[in-house]
Amino acid sequence: MSSPLKRVHGYLAEFSSTQEVFHAAEQVRDAGYSSWDVHSPFPVHGMDEAMGMPRSILPRFVLVGGILGLSTAFLLQFLTQVVIYPTVVQAKPANIYTIAAFFPVMFELTILFSAFTALFTCLVMMKLPRLNHPLFNSANFAKFSDDKFFICIEARDPKFSAEKTKSFLADIGGSRIELVEDEL
Amino acid sequence: MADAAVHDSPHSPSSGPSRAKVLLREPLVLNNRSYSWVTNRIAGIVENPQPKGWWFLVVPCAMLVAVMVFCFTFLVSTGVGVWGPNHPVAWGWDITNFVFWIGIGHAGTLISAILYLTRQKWRTAVNRAAEAMTIFAVMCAGLFPALHVGRVWMAWFLAPIPNSNAIWQNFKSPLLWDVFAVSTYFSVSVVFWFLGLVPDLATLRDRCQPGIRKMAYGLFALGWRGGNRQWRHYEVAYGLLAALSTPLVLSVHTVVSFDFATSIVPGWHTTIFPPYFVAGAIFGGFAMVLTLMIPVRKIYGLHDLFTMKHIDNMAKIILLTGTIVGYAYLMELFVAWYSGSLYEFDAFKWRILFGPYTWAYYGMFFCNVIAPQVFWWKKMRENLIVVMIVCMFVNAGMWFERFVIICTTLARDFLPGQWDMYHPSWVEIWTFIGTFGFFLMLFALFLRFLPVIAIAEIKGVLPEADPHFNPNQGKRSNTVAAPSYAGDQHLPPG
Repeated sequence: MSSPLKRVHGYLAEFSSTQEVFHAAEQVRDAGYSSWDVHSPFPVHGMDEAMGMPRSILPRFVLVGGILGLSTAFLLQFLTQVVIYPTVVQAKPANIYTIAAFFPVMFELTILFSAFTALFTCLVMMKLPRLNHPLFNSANFAKFSDDKFFICIEARDPKFSAEKTKSFLADIGGSRIELVEDEL
Repeated sequence: MADAAVHDSPHSPSSGPSRAKVLLREPLVLNNRSYSWVTNRIAGIVENPQPKGWWFLVVPCAMLVAVMVFCFTFLVSTGVGVWGPNHPVAWGWDITNFVFWIGIGHAGTLISAILYLTRQKWRTAVNRAAEAMTIFAVMCAGLFPALHVGRVWMAWFLAPIPNSNAIWQNFKSPLLWDVFAVSTYFSVSVVFWFLGLVPDLATLRDRCQPGIRKMAYGLFALGWRGGNRQWRHYEVAYGLLAALSTPLVLSVHTVVSFDFATSIVPGWHTTIFPPYFVAGAIFGGFAMVLTLMIPVRKIYGLHDLFTMKHIDNMAKIILLTGTIVGYAYLMELFVAWYSGSLYEFDAFKWRILFGPYTWAYYGMFFCNVIAPQVFWWKKMRENLIVVMIVCMFVNAGMWFERFVIICTTLARDFLPGQWDMYHPSWVEIWTFIGTFGFFLMLFALFLRFLPVIAIAEIKGVLPEADPHFNPNQGKRSNTVAAPSYAGDQHLPPG
């Protein structure tokens, strides 16, 4: 169901080493672009600063997930062992003082809830999973997962300009610059 | 001249003073391999036809899985009495095997989480395979308690689900803690493993021709594009999972040891159990990692990625943890005497001197404490045949350790009138052998379909991955060392 209509996604430029893409990213940041990204086969150390991005806020969500796990485990055990169905086993009391016996499960559920929060929050923040993306229309882009580095400046960036952005990418050392289009 | 040499091979140690080489840290990837070499070598294992040896492994393993399934069917259809446990020895091979397999898993999490937090970059070559091993080992482990409950169709009673009897689980029991610990361990290990796999699945996806394979890899790669807007969250999530897995892995075997330590049975009722079990688990797990990875390294030609340095490091960890385990064995004996507890002393008297299973104790002691001592010598750590033999001893020794703890203790408890021997039945023996088939078959399938080494992580530890790496400088440590040698020449001799 492909249509002849296409929408420009952005310009994609290739770089061949970490050092080149790192310095190029600093220049894109200094030029004031906002909708752009650096694609690399592995996380490049210090790239967050080079792109001018703050630290991820993911840990705050994980903290909430952990607290949720801890309270779930406490309530699960306290309600079932003390409130709903009090049983005295191994001479351990059926009241709040038996909390020491609840610690292992409280610990495990804290970890479990935190881990799943980390996974799913991370996916949401990465805007994944998705089945397709305009970048995959570029045959050259497949090398991002092998040994090449890419900078893509998107058309929705307010500073994007068909000619200037292209020459800018060439100036900062990009090669094989191509216009990536999205089929509508 | 020197410039030309540097230009030819930018990362090799330049022709500086020979003493400088002593200071160089051994590279994590040998022979200055490039990013694309790493991709081709690791992805090639999945893409090219498997060597013939792969089929010689998978076919017998699949048969053993069939045997295991038969044994389980026989057990469930007939009753738990087809196993050997009897009145005093209510825990036999089943719980021995459970603790054995759970322990194997611990090395995987240690490598992936603890070595990550301590910035041990050499872990990148082994963490993927070790994590896979963890998951498969925990799967094997879970089978035993699930079937040992007797009425398997009632196993859901372990989960805190509201039921029509309005009965709830006993949360004060270490056995229920174990259910939570092991299931959390399994889930978190899978999450950690999967998150690490995502960039590598994208690599496999990008190398495939359009078709079913590309769709499958693409689906599990979740549309990964390696953008730094993804990596920045990914790295934080990975670090957090490592930080969560570290206490988790220590807790799992601690809780397993509580199954024993919180009882009043002499020989089990000791506070030394949690650290002793954790050290033993890491010890046995590392032996299993080496048992699997040394053949994989040879068969698939991974010598530049999984180097002798890795084997050396792991052999040292085996030596360390093996010695901790040896200390625990001796301390148990000392405390049995020093505590003045008659029952405790008797339990160990039966265990090491007069009991029916003393051979198992000495076998365990030899395999776990004596055998790894050869790793004090560098020559032995470099000899792969010796390393493999020691690892086999450790694998066997760690199984015997659990057998000694469980069976020797139960066979001689408080009342002499209750004493009895335990012998495994053929069903138990074949079930255990079957789990080895299950474990190895899963590992072989893992080799066939997933990258055995973390491609993205290996690339990240190459010297040129550092954004401030200067290829014209050669080794940084070399250039730092050079001026001081120039100065040395001006010093008076002597």
